[in-house]
Amino acid sequence: MSAKLAISKPKTGASGKTGSWRTFKPVVDMDKCNKCGNCYRFCPDGTIDTEFNIDYDYCKGCGICVEVCPKKAITMVRED
Amino acid sequence: MAEIPDEEFILKTTSACAGCSASLILRYVTKAAGKDTVLVVPACCTSVIQGVYPNTAMNIPVYNVAFASAAAVASGMSEAFRAVGKKTNVICFAGDGGTVDIGIQALSGALERGTDFLYICYDNEAYSNTGMQRSGATPLGASTTTTPLGKKDYKKDLDAIVQAHNPVYMATACSAYPVDLYNKVKKALSIPGPKFMHILAPCPPGWRYPSEKTIEVGKLAVQSGMWVLYERENGKLSISGASKAAMKKRIPVSEYLKVQGRFKTATEEDISVLSEHVENNIKKLEREVEGIC
Ligand SMILES: Cc1ncc(C[n+]2csc(CCOP(=O)(O)OP(=O)(O)O)c2C)c(N)n1
Ligand code: SF4
Ligand code: SF4
Ligand code: SF4
Ligand SMILES: [Mg+2]
Repeated sequence: MSAKLAISKPKTGASGKTGSWRTFKPVVDMDKCNKCGNCYRFCPDGTIDTEFNIDYDYCKGCGICVEVCPKKAITMVRED
Repeated sequence: MAEIPDEEFILKTTSACAGCSASLILRYVTKAAGKDTVLVVPACCTSVIQGVYPNTAMNIPVYNVAFASAAAVASGMSEAFRAVGKKTNVICFAGDGGTVDIGIQALSGALERGTDFLYICYDNEAYSNTGMQRSGATPLGASTTTTPLGKKDYKKDLDAIVQAHNPVYMATACSAYPVDLYNKVKKALSIPGPKFMHILAPCPPGWRYPSEKTIEVGKLAVQSGMWVLYERENGKLSISGASKAAMKKRIPVSEYLKVQGRFKTATEEDISVLSEHVENNIKKLEREVEGIC
């Protein structure tokens, strides 16, 4: 007997490209960045990598990275 | 102190709101727990943010279960793993509604039976997933959709209820302090038996503050003493890093309240009751640390 179970499989993009939610996008100025790692550490969605590149397909534009950056190296820029 | 691994166990991305602290908490809980883990999740935001069937953002096994059953399910699951010699971590990840109100009997039973698991309550202080109705964990003075003029009752003291079961380990944490949170989850999972963590989880739409303020709001909760970070190992209390300073000197509770729209309806009397509550709680914890209780 085989039971029918609702089992989901892990997949990137399981909630769609959440980058489309943004009205402002965070942009990092690498000249100001001191590589402290705060933006990577505090991003709730893990959309900043350890080299501080932002994945714009998924970044939701919450702005937390801007707030936790001690060097004011990240600014929110309005999406076109 | 262990290095926090760069590996992520939640794939980009869940459908949680922008700036959701529960997502940040999940990121660190899963980093601390690692691959050999099952999350047991009752109805809450975490059960709906995982993705659209047949896909999920969760790259570790998750068992989504009925509201009242999380700790009972975890109990059976843990027994089954141990019976076949597996050390797999069993972690309940439940909201405040699913813990302080609906899941409390199952939690009490699992703690009493000595279940080898970790129960985490992420506390956004309301039934957020269904539109922010009041829960037993909503603080006095906060407006929700069912308390539009501000809640008139106190927040239920969940930690005192859990403490009465004498779990081997219990701790509080907050999303604004992810390293502290990570270390506590690690420690909890290294000890056999029933463990409990209560994690404050600021929620931008529910608490009505802009999404970028999630870390600041969590820090204000700790700096004002509205939330105290501590651990209890075999009953012995120790206050954690960021709360040590707040035990001595605190910012006014109003500094925490005024950045949140949900406290717009709080009266002067509400604020003084909350402040008094903070002072009494700090005194009680101080006495316990000094061994006078
Ligand atoms: C038995 C039952 N009653 C009600 C619901 C509807 N429901 C789903 S999630 C939820 C809110 C849960 O609140 P909480 O546990 O605090 O988690 P949060 O949504 O805040 O993360 C409710 C009422 C349900 N799924 N099952
Ligand atoms: S805006 Fe938010 S989601 Fe986007 S990278 Fe910054 S912290 Fe992450
Ligand atoms: S928080 Fe700012 S300074 Fe730190 S790594 Fe990120 S961009 Fe660089
Ligand atoms: S309602 Fe609150 S807890 Fe739920 S997903 Fe949104 S921010 Fe997170
Ligand atoms: Mg809740």
